[in-house]
Amino acid sequence: MRSFQRRLGDFKSRGVQVAAIGVDPTEISRGHAKKMGYTFPLLSDSDAAVIRRYDVLHRAAGPKGNDIARPAEFYIDASGTVRWVNLTDNIAVRARPEQALAAIDVSAGSNSSQ
Amino acid sequence: MKWKWNWPLWVGFIVAVGGLLSYEYFVRFPITRDFPWANLLLFAIGAVLLLIGLFRAFGRPHLYRGKAFGSIFAVIALLLFGFFSYEIFYVLRQVPLSAQAPRIGEKAPPFSLPDQDGKQVALADLLSPNGAVLIFYRGHW
Repeated sequence: MRSFQRRLGDFKSRGVQVAAIGVDPTEISRGHAKKMGYTFPLLSDSDAAVIRRYDVLHRAAGPKGNDIARPAEFYIDASGTVRWVNLTDNIAVRARPEQALAAIDVSAGSNSSQ
Repeated sequence: MKWKWNWPLWVGFIVAVGGLLSYEYFVRFPITRDFPWANLLLFAIGAVLLLIGLFRAFGRPHLYRGKAFGSIFAVIALLLFGFFSYEIFYVLRQVPLSAQAPRIGEKAPPFSLPDQDGKQVALADLLSPNGAVLIFYRGHW
């Protein structure tokens, strides 16, 4: 998420918003956003309902054996259609902003050619 | 007779411990997180130094100390390396399949969730003008 914050300008210039979703309560997210300098929304899905709906739940993987989200990244276009998905098979390996930006550019290119 | 300091045992042990403890630091950068080569390099340097130290201790015991404590250092370093490898090459790869996750071309399920300021944000709010990148993350603790 640090790297996405660093490249936030490149998302903004493409008219694309960035948002993170996790189970952390609002207060924790607020503190963390402040500490890390995150200026995009950190959405609090405390009962993991949305995480479940996206099937990105990692059961009992939290610090107290609670259910959390597994790392996953999506690009959803203006019509609400998924255009890019990144489901890592290694918790340490996350999508880089460059991958998302490339997917956005490919999606924009295919839209304008239609 | 004068003993010589068997420094490779001490330095090797410290470097090996550093290989484990520095994970907290190296994990912040994608280049050292995607594959933990920096930590593995530290473990390798530690192993070489420990071996040099052990060769000295056992080969020239009249000159160098460390047969006992050097062996203990080596065993501890090996255990730390085993723990690190287990975490990196097994635990971190236990990720659910997410077979039912929305696929390319499908509609993303709508939602509305509070942001860090308590303001409700709906997927629809995020989509204009050119869509949104959603990052699901494990959380902070």
